[in-house]
Amino acid sequence: MSTTTFGWLVLACPIAGTMLIGFGYARWPGRSAGWIATLAIALSFVFSVIAFVKLLGLSPDHRQVTSSLWDYDVSAGVDAKLQILIDPLSIFMMLVVSGVSMLIHLYSVSYMTFDKGYSRYFSYLNYFVFSMLLLVEAGNFVVLIVGWAFVGAASYLLISFWYRRTTATRAGIKAFVINVVGDVGLVIATFIIFDHTGTVQFLPVFHAVPHDFAHNGAPIVLACLLLLVGAFAKSAQVPLHTWLPDAMEGPTPVSALIHAATMVTAGVYLIARMHVLFEWAPTAADVGAIGGCLTLVLAATVALVMTDIKRVIAYSTMSQIGYMIMGVCVGAYSAGLFHLMTHAFFKALLFMAAGSIIGAMAGDQSLDRMSGFRKALPFTFICFIVGGLALSGMPPFSGWLSKDDIIGFLDYRGGGFEVLGIVGYIGALLTGIYTFRMIFRAFFNEPCEEAQELEHGHLHHAEVPRNPMTGEEEDTDVGFPGPGHFIAEREVPMKIAMSALAVLAVIGGLVQIPGIDDAVTKFLEPTFADSKYVHVEVSTGSAWVGLIIGALIAIGGITIAYRIWVTQRGTSTRLMERFSGAYVFLSNKWYFDEIIDFAIVRPTAWVGRVVTTAFERGVIGGVTDGTASAVRAGGAAVRRAQTGFLRYYAALMIVCVAGVTLYFLISSS
Amino acid sequence: MSAVIFFIAAIGAITGAFGVVMLRNPFYSVLALAFHLVSLAALFLLLRAEFVAAAQVIVYAGAVMVLYVFVVAYVGGGEQLTTRGALRVLGPLFALALAIELCIAMLGAGLKGVNSKGAAFVPGFGAPRSIGQLFLTKFLFPFELASILLLVAAVGAVVLARRRRGLEPDEQFELRVHAPRPAWTGTMAEAGGIRLPVPEEPIASAEPVGTATTGDGAGSPDSEHEGGW
Amino acid sequence: MNIGWYLVVSAIIFCIGAGGVLVRRNPLVILLCLELMLNAANLALVAFARMWGNEDGQIFALIVMVVAAAEVTVGLGLVVAIYRRRLPIDVDELNELQG
Repeated sequence: MSTTTFGWLVLACPIAGTMLIGFGYARWPGRSAGWIATLAIALSFVFSVIAFVKLLGLSPDHRQVTSSLWDYDVSAGVDAKLQILIDPLSIFMMLVVSGVSMLIHLYSVSYMTFDKGYSRYFSYLNYFVFSMLLLVEAGNFVVLIVGWAFVGAASYLLISFWYRRTTATRAGIKAFVINVVGDVGLVIATFIIFDHTGTVQFLPVFHAVPHDFAHNGAPIVLACLLLLVGAFAKSAQVPLHTWLPDAMEGPTPVSALIHAATMVTAGVYLIARMHVLFEWAPTAADVGAIGGCLTLVLAATVALVMTDIKRVIAYSTMSQIGYMIMGVCVGAYSAGLFHLMTHAFFKALLFMAAGSIIGAMAGDQSLDRMSGFRKALPFTFICFIVGGLALSGMPPFSGWLSKDDIIGFLDYRGGGFEVLGIVGYIGALLTGIYTFRMIFRAFFNEPCEEAQELEHGHLHHAEVPRNPMTGEEEDTDVGFPGPGHFIAEREVPMKIAMSALAVLAVIGGLVQIPGIDDAVTKFLEPTFADSKYVHVEVSTGSAWVGLIIGALIAIGGITIAYRIWVTQRGTSTRLMERFSGAYVFLSNKWYFDEIIDFAIVRPTAWVGRVVTTAFERGVIGGVTDGTASAVRAGGAAVRRAQTGFLRYYAALMIVCVAGVTLYFLISSS
Repeated sequence: MSAVIFFIAAIGAITGAFGVVMLRNPFYSVLALAFHLVSLAALFLLLRAEFVAAAQVIVYAGAVMVLYVFVVAYVGGGEQLTTRGALRVLGPLFALALAIELCIAMLGAGLKGVNSKGAAFVPGFGAPRSIGQLFLTKFLFPFELASILLLVAAVGAVVLARRRRGLEPDEQFELRVHAPRPAWTGTMAEAGGIRLPVPEEPIASAEPVGTATTGDGAGSPDSEHEGGW
Repeated sequence: MNIGWYLVVSAIIFCIGAGGVLVRRNPLVILLCLELMLNAANLALVAFARMWGNEDGQIFALIVMVVAAAEVTVGLGLVVAIYRRRLPIDVDELNELQG
């Protein structure tokens, strides 16, 4: 069986899982839905590995294969088939997506136990994985857009999974609306590209770009900027980022999967896939790089002051994706994708560990109340440390190698990109600080009540389940989280998943050590063969210099965090008071929500109101009601002839007879 | 000779017609009509339609007029001659206009097909024998239909004029009618919470005195609003 | 005798009847005027029958008589019913069939 057959099988498993679980959702006993879903994704991962092996069996020149199932949208010049493209980039993404998803499914099997929506959850989760795989395997723009939209829908379904929580449903709507903005950008970009090249399939488009577009001309720049809108919306970059922190309303495994490892990386994938277009429109690429850089530092500053543990990690995601976007926009494709892979490992690990500690806190997510869990949750603590060190870029963890791969490339490109590189280092420092702020606050110092209970072997249970953000009372029926709270120490599936990711977070960087091996770059070369940066080799010496700087910065950040939050306890409070203005500004997330509400949401709502009252009632109501009342008035006027007086009718008849007679008289004479 | 009889009969017919229209007492109008019918029978005889003339006298003047006499006797009558309003003048005017037009048609060259004298006379023309033959051969179907029509009319008349059980002429007769629903009710309005109050008393009732209350009762809600459909 | 005279008489009687319908208020008298109009039609029919030498006109006139009889029956039945209802016997007042 050929590579592409396995590509189709990779797609088939999750959607089969969705339908199987979904159709029988009320009947799956116990945790069977979870196991089925995990099995489906495991199969998908196996097929991805087989496809990977088979692809390696092809010669490097022929490693971009497509396969179509049937004509999907063939009309009016558009020739869009249901087509997948298997090349190193898509295999890379498939492996990451299906591998990490498999581990997250395993984690969820025990994490979501006793939730009344258990089967629904796994149906949605499989659907999400299917959509993401469809997105990365797409062979033409139309299938890409379909996968893109499906991913947005799955994200909405999963964020508002606990649908009786108003905060969750609002967050889901917010995510979906902002994603739709991105969808619009993507679709219009597709139109522009189709308009100029006459086709929607990826490979023909990439070959046609140099001929059909002027270099850095308006159409290609516009198309790339619109693609950036799509990428930024999906990857939560400034200014379309406000949905990501709110998306933490979903269950923690959802945050791990969607908002750390897969969906938010779709934007990075998009830019990497469209690298031909972006290289042909350097203006747009530069805009993207600057946007990524801004996001990087903005998100890092906000993460410094967030008190909800999941939101700290969410902003951290936003920041790291800023790195990736920056990387793929300036031409460091393999570096950006390498960071995508390592980030998937350690971020998913961090989210899973956060889920564990939240379980210990019986659903409470606030860092203010967590402390001293070191003895109570040893395994979770180790996972946090591993993930945190990888995130901060400490050698020899994977994050160190991948992050500095990107910054090294920026230094290589020089000029304005050096500034971006320096900002990247600043971001790395902040990363170290906020990550370990979170870890030190949660695990060091005096144990809180829940930690003390747990040390004695008793898992804390809240008497009244509450919304972690607003404190509202809830219950544990369907639509709210179930009554179970799970910690990794006690649940084997959670432990297995987290251990796997911890190992990967440690050794994952080994595939791309400068000067020793460049496995990722070499593997991805066929995809990026038509890029002008493909033969760029950052010299090993400067790469290692960058790595050492990165390591020093990481150690510096961790030390600062250690001093503020462990050794000199009151420092953080004093800093808060001295820089209270800055603190408020950062706590309000740079006021982006307020600005968007003022500039966009309110005018739109006003337009809606005006249209409802004036236009809908006035014009349309006027036309329809007006027609009706005109008819009624006409009828009333005519009705006056029906007086009921016999003799008027008779008079009318006589007059008409006389008239007819007169007519005949005249016509016959 | 025939001209003389024609004129006498014609003047008789026209006089009778005027009498019907202008006499105040309906009883006298009936009598005038009877006179008119007999004159017409004479005219029919002049036109060699013996059977028709006989039928006219026997059926029309005999049976139908007797029916009229009975009904007039039952119902009574005697009121103003003419209407109020425009038709008092316009009515005769319209009729006069029609008459003038028709006369022009007949006497002038309007009706080209009118032959002066008529066809040659065949003995047996208009005799019962030939009429009967025609009825039973060529016009059998209309003949049968006419009989059915008579049956229907007879049944109809009985149904219309029968006395309803228990009703005495001096009893008050009540109609229970709910007012028709105004336009602003219906399922949509009811879904919005508007409920029609059900009237408890009968809206329309007929008084024993012959005033137009039934007209007011059931009629006025209709005329108050436009959309009672 | 000129057939045209008979037709003139028929026309005059018809128009007198029409005028009567327009002018009188008592439904009984209106019915009588209707009879006038029907008779005028009969006269015209019989005149034409004589003109063409064809008895079809006379048959037609007989059928018209049957119809007139039936109509009178029903009409008078209506008048009786109206009278029984204590409604005024006046066509100006009986104007319910409106709207």
